[in-house]
Amino acid sequence: MTHTPVHPAPAAQPDQHGHAEEHHHSPFLAHHFESSEQQFDSGKLGMWLFLVTEIMFFSGLFCAYAVYRSSHPEIFIYAHKFLDTNLGAINTVVLLVSSLTMALAVRAAQMSQRKALIINLILTLICAGGFLGIKYVEYSHKWHAGLLWAGQFHPDFSHLEGAHQEHGEPASAESSHGHTESSHDTTDPSAPRNAGIFFSIYFCLTGLHGIHILAGMGAIIWILVRSIRGDFSADYYGPVDFVGLYWHLVDLVWIYLFPLLYLIH
Amino acid sequence: MSVAYDEPEVGELLAPVPSENYLNCSHGFWSWAATVDHKRISIMYLVSVLSAFLLGGILALMIRMELWTPGRTIMDHDTYNHTFTLHGAVMTFLFIIPSIPAALGNFLLPVMIGAKDVAFPRMNLGSYYLWLGGALFLLAAIVLGGLDTGWTFYTPYSTTTNSSVITASMGVFILGFSSIFTGLNFIVTMHTMRPPWMTWFKLPLFLWAIYATSIIQVLATPVLGITLMLLIAERALGIGIFDPKLGGDPVLFQHFFWFYSHPAVYIMILPAMGVISELIAVFSRKPIFGYRFIAYSSLAIALLGFLVWGHHMFTSGQSRISAIVFSALTFTVSIPSAIKVFNWLATMYRGSILLVTPMCYALSFIFLFTIGGLTGLFLGALAVDVHLHDTYFVVAHFHYVMMGGTLVAFLGGLFYWWPKMTGRMYSETWGRIGCLGVFVAFNLTFFPQFIMGSRGMPRRYYNYPPQFQFYHQMSTVGSFLLGLSLCVVAGVLIHSLLRGRKAPANPWGAATLEWQTSSPPPLYNFDTDPVEVDPYDLESQVFDPLLGGYRLREFPARNHPDHDLASEPARV
Repeated sequence: MTHTPVHPAPAAQPDQHGHAEEHHHSPFLAHHFESSEQQFDSGKLGMWLFLVTEIMFFSGLFCAYAVYRSSHPEIFIYAHKFLDTNLGAINTVVLLVSSLTMALAVRAAQMSQRKALIINLILTLICAGGFLGIKYVEYSHKWHAGLLWAGQFHPDFSHLEGAHQEHGEPASAESSHGHTESSHDTTDPSAPRNAGIFFSIYFCLTGLHGIHILAGMGAIIWILVRSIRGDFSADYYGPVDFVGLYWHLVDLVWIYLFPLLYLIH
Repeated sequence: MSVAYDEPEVGELLAPVPSENYLNCSHGFWSWAATVDHKRISIMYLVSVLSAFLLGGILALMIRMELWTPGRTIMDHDTYNHTFTLHGAVMTFLFIIPSIPAALGNFLLPVMIGAKDVAFPRMNLGSYYLWLGGALFLLAAIVLGGLDTGWTFYTPYSTTTNSSVITASMGVFILGFSSIFTGLNFIVTMHTMRPPWMTWFKLPLFLWAIYATSIIQVLATPVLGITLMLLIAERALGIGIFDPKLGGDPVLFQHFFWFYSHPAVYIMILPAMGVISELIAVFSRKPIFGYRFIAYSSLAIALLGFLVWGHHMFTSGQSRISAIVFSALTFTVSIPSAIKVFNWLATMYRGSILLVTPMCYALSFIFLFTIGGLTGLFLGALAVDVHLHDTYFVVAHFHYVMMGGTLVAFLGGLFYWWPKMTGRMYSETWGRIGCLGVFVAFNLTFFPQFIMGSRGMPRRYYNYPPQFQFYHQMSTVGSFLLGLSLCVVAGVLIHSLLRGRKAPANPWGAATLEWQTSSPPPLYNFDTDPVEVDPYDLESQVFDPLLGGYRLREFPARNHPDHDLASEPARV
């Protein structure tokens, strides 16, 4: 896009265009901002508003969760035990660590430490990849066990037997004693009706969250490329900060998802 | 920076229309398609939403034509279902929601606050392309099997019909993000791009309305997004959240849908109210009455709009107590709406009213919006709603608000800011004739629908008993006259583009900042920094026969007795 510079009007503003050049010493200052501070503040407010839209986006699903959990608590109590709490807990730690490295990356950018910035971004990416890897293990396990959303919910309990013992969750194992006895059958007579709705919500919430992780990884890669190029310094680190905010939100959503889906009693 | 002007001669600021402006500063396809200039983007939006309006209008005329007789007139019942659905979807998502904010707001917001552009110009362009992408999906839905769910996509029908719900939902999902990005951009722009002297209460009321609209866009639209995602997942995978067979609840869809779509009604009407606030003040030649009340009432409407969605579901089986609560909350929305209407009337009281084209639209708006708003109270009352629910009374009500309100205000705003946007004046006589035609034909089209509805004619029906035929035919005649009047309106504007007299910087004597720059504005909006002036201080403007328009009487930033010299730098 080409911007021809404004031609000064014939009269009346000798010093009008002085200010444009005067503030343009930063190569990253966009033409329509008066100062780097204004640009940073705008970006930050914009990012926070975007996070608000993200929260509203997830809130629809959280609302669906609340509606069905309050109307059919038995489904949630029954179905959650098919989720692997250990893997969920590991993933929680992985994401928390990634938030830490992201915060360190922002700090490194603010202090013009290019090397530390790059290392921390790479660490964040590794954590994000690890999270998705573990999520893949969980998903594929459910896929094989037929524990899918309501329309495709055909649990195969003989297949599930092994997974069930790995659980190591005495409270729920005890309460589900009745099910484990009959779990050699391919159907579970004591399963509440419509147990699949739990997995519908589970896959919607974790799937949407996973998409956000992927988007976040894309944004971090973009930041990483720019840091390798040496764009960021104490004078200009807005994008690192904004991507960091986004990443913390994605982390925060998981902090809610983990207890809501995995730790039901 | 320092004060921009160095003892300029009065009138010099506005005197010569610079030869270079945002329209002619660069040429070629890419200078438009890849522009980040908010003014060009707004022109692209304007052309696009007007094309969508044309499409939606043709669909509307097809509906009215079909209803000329009971039974088949020009199409079969399936085609009819597709037609009214697409009419609703196109008009709502492609026209009304983006109309005032994206087309007029985009142009005016930065100019009204003396900024060079919106805070995120590239995102602004992106939102336009999202609109275009969403429009393509919606049009693809027409080609690939149509859509017959009604624009509301209610489950369970939308999960079982074999029309292309997924394509259409994707389209609306994408359009939602276009809307979110516009709103987000506007909020940030208003927070960070104002000159220091322009406090919140020195903003034109149009911007307050746009601000309130943006808040709704940012908060409500994501919920529509997730709802449509769930609908798509329901259709494609069978997740069962809205399917009773699998333990889901179809009414939950209605809650989700109206949690967005009721606030969306205020996305449509709030900017229109903002336009009217400007028009009424300028053409009554009086400062707006009750500035703060109008400003706060915009926010109040935005806030209350989130709490009333259940009034769409009085007959959907929600509990009696929630129906009562929603009904009561619905009535509270009428308070801020009435505050606006009364303040407009008070502004006009003893004003010297100029019946130019934009003002004619503003007066039409007040009349039509009042009818639309008051009939809304009928529908908000529980017992009455059971009788009127899903009848033509509802159709008439929301057309009075959406078309009589938003479209009329949009046209009023378009005529008001047309000289600024295009640099051309239009034929005042024909402009007024167009407005009169729209007003009369509109009432002829939709008033009979109130009568039909109150007598029990259900909405969306292909067939009807013979006693309704008279009203249907009256409505159809009205709709074609309305189409004709809108053609006159379009003719006036096209004629203005081709033959119109060159517009002065300030043809109306308005005091908001956009009138301080040339018509059309230069690429970065102002060649000199705009002068501090109260947006409703019409006394600050004086007609200058040499310019053929108004100019500042003086420079209030310097000469105003209350001016604090400490805040002398007009902009930093």
